[in-house]
Amino acid sequence: MFQIAPRDQVYDVVVIGSGAGGGTVTKVLTDLGVNVALMDAGPMIDPQRDFKEHMWPYQVPHRGIGEGGAGYFGPSHWAFGYFATTSGGWELPGEPYTVATGSKFQWFRSRAIGGRTNHFGRISLRFADYDFAPYSRDGLGTDWPITYDDVAPYYDRAETFIGVTGSKEGIRSAPDGIFQPCPAPRVHELLVQRAAKKLNIPCIPSRLAVITKPTNGRPPCHYCAQCGRGCVTASNYSSSQVQIFPAMKTGRVKVFTNAMVRELVVDSSGKVTAVSYIDKATRAEKQIRCRTVVLACGACESARLLLNSKSGNFPNGLANGSGHVGRNMTDSVGYPLSAHIPALDDLPRHNSDGMGGMHVYIPWWLWDAKNKEFPRGYHIEVSGGFRMPEIGSFNGECRQHEGYGKDLKDSIYKHYGATVSFAGRGEQIPNDNTYLDIDPDVVDQWGIPVPRFHFQWTDNELKQARHMHETFQSLLEAMGGTVTKPKPNFMAGEGISTGGEIIHELGTIRMGNNPSSSVLNKYCQAHEVKNLFVADAAPFVSNPDKNPTLTIIALAWRTAEYMAEEIRKGNV
Amino acid sequence: MSDTSRRELLKAIAASAMIGPIGLEAAQHVHGIAAQEKSAAGYKPKAFTAHEYKTLRVLADLIIPADERGPGAAEAGAPEFVDLLSSQNPRLLAIYTGGIAWLDHSSQRLNSKDFADASPQQQTALLDLIAYRKNESPMLGPGIEFFGWARRMVVDAYFTSPAGTKALGYMGNTAVAKFEVPQEAIDYALKRSPV
Repeated sequence: MFQIAPRDQVYDVVVIGSGAGGGTVTKVLTDLGVNVALMDAGPMIDPQRDFKEHMWPYQVPHRGIGEGGAGYFGPSHWAFGYFATTSGGWELPGEPYTVATGSKFQWFRSRAIGGRTNHFGRISLRFADYDFAPYSRDGLGTDWPITYDDVAPYYDRAETFIGVTGSKEGIRSAPDGIFQPCPAPRVHELLVQRAAKKLNIPCIPSRLAVITKPTNGRPPCHYCAQCGRGCVTASNYSSSQVQIFPAMKTGRVKVFTNAMVRELVVDSSGKVTAVSYIDKATRAEKQIRCRTVVLACGACESARLLLNSKSGNFPNGLANGSGHVGRNMTDSVGYPLSAHIPALDDLPRHNSDGMGGMHVYIPWWLWDAKNKEFPRGYHIEVSGGFRMPEIGSFNGECRQHEGYGKDLKDSIYKHYGATVSFAGRGEQIPNDNTYLDIDPDVVDQWGIPVPRFHFQWTDNELKQARHMHETFQSLLEAMGGTVTKPKPNFMAGEGISTGGEIIHELGTIRMGNNPSSSVLNKYCQAHEVKNLFVADAAPFVSNPDKNPTLTIIALAWRTAEYMAEEIRKGNV
Repeated sequence: MSDTSRRELLKAIAASAMIGPIGLEAAQHVHGIAAQEKSAAGYKPKAFTAHEYKTLRVLADLIIPADERGPGAAEAGAPEFVDLLSSQNPRLLAIYTGGIAWLDHSSQRLNSKDFADASPQQQTALLDLIAYRKNESPMLGPGIEFFGWARRMVVDAYFTSPAGTKALGYMGNTAVAKFEVPQEAIDYALKRSPV
């Protein structure tokens, strides 16, 4: 069934995808008086109905393991557990993807208003000035067409609007921003700070998109540590609660949910005139007419959409004369390590929940070191404390202690809250063997050709993961811990995360000044299609050791302002 | 935090959930009443025979006994948890029915009694064999495998119950206006820490 909406309905802007990028564009444009159609491949969310914040495990008969104890027999049905917020996963029924022979990759999709911002770790880090000129620094990768100074005003706006905790530190790898006070470090975090100091590593208050002061009608954090379940008071940033719901109140947004976009339709002049999509509820194919379109589907989904939008003028996919759509893909390097810290045994009990994440973190500290064994760097995330006991919380204790009875019960009590974990998040440099294209043989349940992923780490990343292990081990040992995990053989590919696992995939529709080596100009507008913009992480030229969300918001904000001006001038 | 925002916060949280943040004391009270009612009426297992269920209760309390911090796993509802999940999953049910039969068979051979009817000393003597991987042997293998399941699930059930959460000393899952770390806890850790 194929339906075309009446000719008279033409939206100024159609935004495809409602995560950090789509939410920001929607907020900024509606504030400027522009009418927006916002599309998402998933449903509307209702925090009151959908979020499981404050639920105890025993309030569900299966306590979170799934009916029949499903989680005891295989991976959990829920990517982040039963109590986590509406999100998505690496495997979605009816929406396959393929991975080329010799590659490993997993593709996270979040189909819901708010996308991945409903669950993300709220870590909100500015890129450093040098992150925008990586090639100039070490001859690897490519420089951005913009500098830190171009983005800084938008970092200011983003932080002011969404609210980010932090402190002024004057560290070049972690530029200061406009911060709200960060809550006090937890006990284990004080130990981490001391260990870091001993090793001459900075360990500073966290920069999380959690408000600690009333902000734009949102009450401050109530310190229940459950950001990952979704916050009913919207005291953390999600695009759904902080940008889209308020924008909907302006009356300038028409939201299309469960709308799976198939392709962008272009006219003979090469401009996008409509978005063709499948209405999942009826399985009917429909179109929405538009003057301008913004892709914000997530880097891989946005690239897939361009590659699937083939026409006479664009035989290799829309805006893809350069052949760079789908290329330059990266994810963050991830590696975790934890240890039992005897100093924390039998720690006097108290409520250590706090924000839904660490209160301190370690920014990259060797940015100006010479003769490093690998290029670029990573930051370190910290976890520990008395977490709400859940199914599986004491598996490790059971395996290690064994036995039973009073002795086991006492051991669990003694060691509860005495484990400290570190996780590294580091920079992958784009390489020719890491990209996505369209699988010629496979379609999803809507008949849309699916992406095929090619992914390879290089020695740069493997050495970096090895360095993470060594650093974490030094920190844990300084705290009195003993690392029991054997050191992986990193150079053989052990230990390092799987591509896509960290969910920081980006770079697939990169920006640049040269149309033969980039898809977008410095405002994230397609070189070849003037009314096509991209507002997720696909335009990123590199993937620094800073989680991408804050930069997605800043760039989307900048793109939206530029678009509004171009629309006003009649240029698009 | 201003009064207005505090009010807003509390209002939002109260409205939030079908289930708001119930304090552990209150939850335990409700849970305790439910448990009393259950035992008064006699909990009727969904998956297990009366004998199997009795054995499961004995096993649960051997794994997590009552002490000064809280009740044992049977009172805290671990057997109900195992019974419910087993009633939904034939694979899990087979692990428990098979495991309990193995226990009874072994106990009969050693003591001429089913496991649940053996003396506490006889019960722990058997568990001492199967609670450790180092005792792995063709004869004990099935028992060790089963005990791993039972220990893991009883521990899960216990520490996710109101009584177990309290026994552990978890004090969170509540809304507070300011995040504070008690000096006593800081001093305790710093005194013991090498850094």
